[in-house]
Amino acid sequence: MTGMRTQVAGSASGEPLLLDEPLSFWGGFDSATGAVIDRFHPQHGACLSGRILFMERGRGSSSGASVLAEAIRLGTAPAAICLVHDDAIIATGALVAMMLYGKQCPVVVIGDRGDWLALAGSARVTVKAESAAAPSVTAAAAAGI
Amino acid sequence: MLDLSDADRSMLAGADGAAAADALTLLIRFAEAVGAPGLIDCASAHVDGCLYHGQASLDFAERFVALGGRVRVPTTLNVGSVDLIHPELFNGDPALGSAGKRLMEAHGALGCVPSFTCAPYQTLFRPQLGDQIAWAESNAIVFANSVIGARTNRYGDFIDLACALTGRVPDYGLHRSENRLARTRVEIVGLEAASADEAGQIAVAAGLFVGRECGATIAAITGLPRVTSEDDLKALGAAAASSGAVAMFHAVGLTPEAPDLMTATGGVEVPLAGRLDAADIALILSRLATVHDGAALSAVALGTPHFSMREFERLMPMCGERFTVDVYVNTGRHEWGQLQARGWDRQLERAGVTVVVDTCTYVTSIMRDLSGAVMTNSGKWAYYAPGNLGVDVGFGTLADCMASARAGQVVRA
Repeated sequence: MTGMRTQVAGSASGEPLLLDEPLSFWGGFDSATGAVIDRFHPQHGACLSGRILFMERGRGSSSGASVLAEAIRLGTAPAAICLVHDDAIIATGALVAMMLYGKQCPVVVIGDRGDWLALAGSARVTVKAESAAAPSVTAAAAAGI
Repeated sequence: MLDLSDADRSMLAGADGAAAADALTLLIRFAEAVGAPGLIDCASAHVDGCLYHGQASLDFAERFVALGGRVRVPTTLNVGSVDLIHPELFNGDPALGSAGKRLMEAHGALGCVPSFTCAPYQTLFRPQLGDQIAWAESNAIVFANSVIGARTNRYGDFIDLACALTGRVPDYGLHRSENRLARTRVEIVGLEAASADEAGQIAVAAGLFVGRECGATIAAITGLPRVTSEDDLKALGAAAASSGAVAMFHAVGLTPEAPDLMTATGGVEVPLAGRLDAADIALILSRLATVHDGAALSAVALGTPHFSMREFERLMPMCGERFTVDVYVNTGRHEWGQLQARGWDRQLERAGVTVVVDTCTYVTSIMRDLSGAVMTNSGKWAYYAPGNLGVDVGFGTLADCMASARAGQVVRA
């Protein structure tokens, strides 16, 4: 797999959740419950807690970083976030949660959309992003096979 | 690895205090995360971290207060959770209100200007064309880049304060000229002669479209109405940044880096993302509303982003007898002072208009009655309020909103 890059280091494993549209954490996500509250979002009501979140790109207000950091503090955040395109706001939320609380939420950019979709369709995903040079995101089993 | 200057290394070693060293450590990690080669000086910062989103907000700001931190460049503050000038307006959880106030005060202790506005560009702190700045708040970012031609990326909470405490900003993205060119375009067709009232709605629809269809790819928009004002461009940017990760757009013939399409694109042919005529605009706006015309209203919400004095000048002639439903207008302290000086504050109060300062009606508990729908002329308010406040939303021009405030239901002017 090529073009993979770590935005925020860490490791996590869990069930993937593919968002059909990008989500603004601020205004679109409730840090108290881990649920999507943007009523225009196709996955309105879904719970993101503990999932390996597959979101193509960032969206919306820059306050998203605070909401994500607070969710990581509370344990309601996704276990890891896999993007196709870099997102500074998401990276910030995860970096600050690590700085203040020592809690991880790795953020990895999977440059190839096809690879990203394939991973999102698997039953379980493991993210190992301990060094900026070589993150790995692997699927434990492919769904539907 | 990041290329650090001697001054950066010395700050990191603690020569400028523990807070600056700590903030620079975070800034360097952030710069690595976004792939910046190094840091550059910034002229100003606009900090969005003073709106309370939970304990993490307070833990971050108070960490720097405890370390004796002071901002190193002029730093304005975005809205907070409470109106410090009219604290009685807050009707939410008192614990939340006091945490919000404490957060606003912590930023003051760090030397930030207590501006508490999402539209710092409407104040004395407006940056200049070409300034390198570190701004947060999605609408302010788009406005600074697009309408002023100052240079900032979409900085979020925390990084904005880290830049302010160090006076440094990562050198990547929109800080560099080559990344500021349009790479797609949107044509507005047949609406050049629209009225001032219509221009506001066209701007909101264009913004929602650009956010949804172009995302972070910079769009050059052609064909906006000739009367499109700075306030309309503010509304366009706010809507675009609500529906997508937009940091900048070019309005050809209206914004400083786009005197013509060729300049906006750097002379390159760019693909067409969409062509919008009057019917397309109407469709986009009808999807924004969650109620139909005739729906009962509880309130009208204006000033997201914060109302400018020019917007108040348009509003005042529409305020006579007391409106049937509550009307709220968010604005900054700077504008509030001018309203008082003109005696407009009392005139607005008599008409049943509540002026909200320091905060915004869609981020905190201020509106008294949410039993019916709320009407707005703001694409941003309409986009976020259903999720934040659980309300239904009607949408219209400023004139539609004020006619509806009088009728108590959604009507068109």
